[in-house]
Order: sequence, then structure tokens, then C-alpha cells
Amino acid sequence: MSTDPKITLKGVQKSFGSNHVLRGVDLRVDKGSSLVVIGGSGTGKSVLLKCILGIVQPDAGEILIDGATLKNREEFLSHFGMLFQGGALFDSLPVWHNVAFRLRQGKAKLSKADAQELAIEKLRRVGLKPETAFQFPAELSGGMQKRVGLARAIASEPSVIFFDEPTTGLDPIMAGVINELIREIVVDLGATAITITHDMSSVRAIADNVAMLHAGKVRWHGKVGEIDASGDAYVDQFINGRADGPIESVR
Amino acid sequence: MLAINYISEALASIGRSTMALFSAIGRLCIFAASAISHMFRAPFYPRELAAQLLKIGYFSLPVVGLTTLFTGGALALQIYAGGARFNAESVVPSIVAIGMVRELGPVLAGLMVAGRVGASIAAEIGTMKVTEQIDALTTLSTHPMKYLVVPRILAATIAMPLLVLIGNIIGVLGGFLVGVYRLDFNAAAYINNTVDFLEVGDVTSGLIKAAVFGFIVALMGTFSGFHSGRGAQGVGQATTNAVVAASVMILASNYILTELLFPS
Repeated sequence: MSTDPKITLKGVQKSFGSNHVLRGVDLRVDKGSSLVVIGGSGTGKSVLLKCILGIVQPDAGEILIDGATLKNREEFLSHFGMLFQGGALFDSLPVWHNVAFRLRQGKAKLSKADAQELAIEKLRRVGLKPETAFQFPAELSGGMQKRVGLARAIASEPSVIFFDEPTTGLDPIMAGVINELIREIVVDLGATAITITHDMSSVRAIADNVAMLHAGKVRWHGKVGEIDASGDAYVDQFINGRADGPIESVR
Repeated sequence: MLAINYISEALASIGRSTMALFSAIGRLCIFAASAISHMFRAPFYPRELAAQLLKIGYFSLPVVGLTTLFTGGALALQIYAGGARFNAESVVPSIVAIGMVRELGPVLAGLMVAGRVGASIAAEIGTMKVTEQIDALTTLSTHPMKYLVVPRILAATIAMPLLVLIGNIIGVLGGFLVGVYRLDFNAAAYINNTVDFLEVGDVTSGLIKAAVFGFIVALMGTFSGFHSGRGAQGVGQATTNAVVAASVMILASNYILTELLFPS
């Protein structure tokens, strides 16, 4: 595995009014590695992802992709996939069109038949039957919607994938299936992945490296195998789910 | 001292409201300018435009048709009753036609479409925002302004004049039906009176108004949806804002357009 950084954050800050969400985040994600960002609710994990994507503009700091400031966001996004927390599937489009959405845009867009074929193949990849392709998102269960979201995220075989709370709201078995799929996909595609989650079983299944966000900064960053012996009271409290500890339960 | 506090608090409240109003107007102007600029830059989404034309234009026909039909009929009754005071009952066909084509057709269609389409656009885009579908579009290399806003604004601006044209015909027909079957006008004379008094300028002015009203409805719908707050309450508020703001703007712009198109 290469150790070149794919994504580097230097002193990234973001506030919404008087709410200082990110207070100087420094982070490095190596090419082809899977980083999981953990942290309590409201610690700015999703804002961090949106800053990297350019959906939210940071107030200060630098975000480097392949060692350089992002000049062409369109170019970056064309090799990017994301699984959103709620799936974020387009209600008005059938599942196959959701999955092949990107591939139906632009000059080199696929024909309807090719797009359907590709969508069915990607749906199979995430364990869904071909019939699902012709249903609408509202007709699917939460777990199926997550898997469709996953199929959409990988449809264009991206080199960078973000997963926002991939197992939230799923039963433990479905969560396990999604975790395995994510790990498989990341390994097969050789993609660089950032995952946000509270779910420690996801962390252990998906991560190469783990970063913990607390109070707007990276509190701890290390290999997943080292997390149980991090020696950091905040990390210990979080991974063991204890109410007592330095992290206040009322935030 | 207490009185001074109350006064300064009242002034601060007025100041805050004024600043919020100007800030919203500024955001709306920037949003409109951005939407217009994206209309002329690729990529374009003709399939989305066609879908919106169908949704905004075709599916609004029943509501616009019924509104103008009954309004045309009521107008004929009112003008007949009013005209009878001056022995001027014969003006019914011409005034129904001019009233419908110049004013009532575009304004009523605009208000009905604001209620039907403006609310729907705001709710749809607001829900898309709340459920991160707009962020998802961005991550799929699709500009939300081009994909969601431009087709809706273009479709409403194109569809409204067509809707109003059909609405005008139905409205005049409403007046004709009441005139002939209720007020005992001669059918041929009614039609002749309508055609003789109506000028091309009357029709085109109504269509120009319709295009402006269509633009306003879609602009307010998309703007409110994009600036929707979180949750069901936020989307509900965005929907209300879209309808109220579009309705007020239609009535205000109707006056301005009438001044410009028919200078006295």
C-alpha cells in the first residue's frame, strides 16, 4: 500500500455563527487506505466531509488533494462516490437511474439499456436482486436503500469514497452486511475511503486508521489495532460507551 | 429609563427586521442572477425541462381552466348588472374579453399556479435539501442550479403564457355561455362584439404578464426550497413563503407591468 497522502487537512476551521464546529483540524488520509472518523454527535464529523467536498467552505486552513489545493472540483468529483446517512436517493427516479445517475450525464453518457445493465450489476454487487432496479426508492426498506446508495457510490468505480454513518438505523445483521460490503469494495477498488460512524463494530470492520474528533480538533489518530491501547481517556470512554469520563454527556 | 429601554428595544427590533428583509432580497437577487446565468451555460437538461413543462403546464390546465371559466361567467353577470344602470348591457362581450385577456386571465392563472406549482416546487426542493439529495447531486457532478432550478424556471416561463392563452379562451367562453344562455344575448352578436373590440396588444400584454408571473412562481418556489429550514416545519414554512411571496410579487408586478404596457 502506498503511503502518499491522498487527502490532507491542515488547520481547517469552520464556525456557524457562534458555534465553532471545527477549530483547526489536521488530518492525513493515505492513498488506498480506509480512515474512520469517530466522535460524539455534533462534533463536526459531517461538516468535515462537506468541507473536503467543497459543499461547505472552511473559514480557515488548507485542504490538499494529492498534495495540492483543489483547483478543479468537477474533476475531483468525477472520481468520487459518497454514501449518505439517509441514502439521499432521488425519490422521483427508479433505482436503476439512481445507481447510474452519474453515468447518464455528460457527453459520454450511457444509453438507457447500458445504464440499466450496469445498475443491475452494481445492485447484484451489493446483494440486491435485479427486480429492485425497477422499483422506486420509497418502495424499499431502509437497509435496501442503504445498499442502493452504496451501489450508486461505487457505480463509477471512484478512487475516493466517503461513507456517512453507513450503518445508522440498521439492525445488527444488516449493519454487518453493509460493513463487509464496504470493506470488500474499498479493497477491490483500491479506493481511499473516509467513513464517519459511531458504531464501533463498523470501526473495527472498515478501518485501517481511526481519527477521533473532539471539541473541533483531532483528539487521537492511529491504527485501528492500536485504538484499545490508545491511552487516551476520551477515546477509551467513547469506544467503551461509558457515561462517565471526560466527555460530557450533556452537549 | 424604562421608557428609553422600550423605545430602543422597539427600534432594534425594527432594525433587525429591516436588515433581515434586505438580506433576503439580496439573497433572492443573487439566486435569480445565478439561475439566469446558468440558463446560458452547458450542460443543459432538456429531459428535465420537458418533464417540468408537463408538470407545470399540462397538469395546471384543469385548475386554470375551471378558475377562468367561472370567473368569465361571473364577470358577464356583474358587467350586465352594472351596465344595466346606464343602459350599456351591450358592452358585456367586449369588457369580458378585455378584462379576461388583459388582467384576470394572467393574474388568476398566476395566483392559481403559485398555489399549485410554487408550493409543490418549494416542498420538493425543500425535502431534497433536508434529505441531502441536493448534496448528493453535487457529489454526482451535477450542478443543482442547472438540474433543479433552471428547468423549473424555464418551464414555468414558457408554460404560463400557453396556460393563460387557453385560460383566456375558456374565460371568454364562460362569459359567452352566461351571456347567451342566462342573459339572452345573440350568440353570433356576442362573438362579433368580442372579436371586434379585442386587439392584438390586449392579448400580447396578457401573455407578457403571464411569462413574468411564471418566472416569479418558479423563482420563489426554488428559492424557498433551497433556503428551507430543517425538518417538516422548515419545509412547511418554505412552502408557505413560496406561495405568499409569489402571490404578492405577482400582484405588485402586475401593477408595474400594466403601467409600462398601458401608459396613460
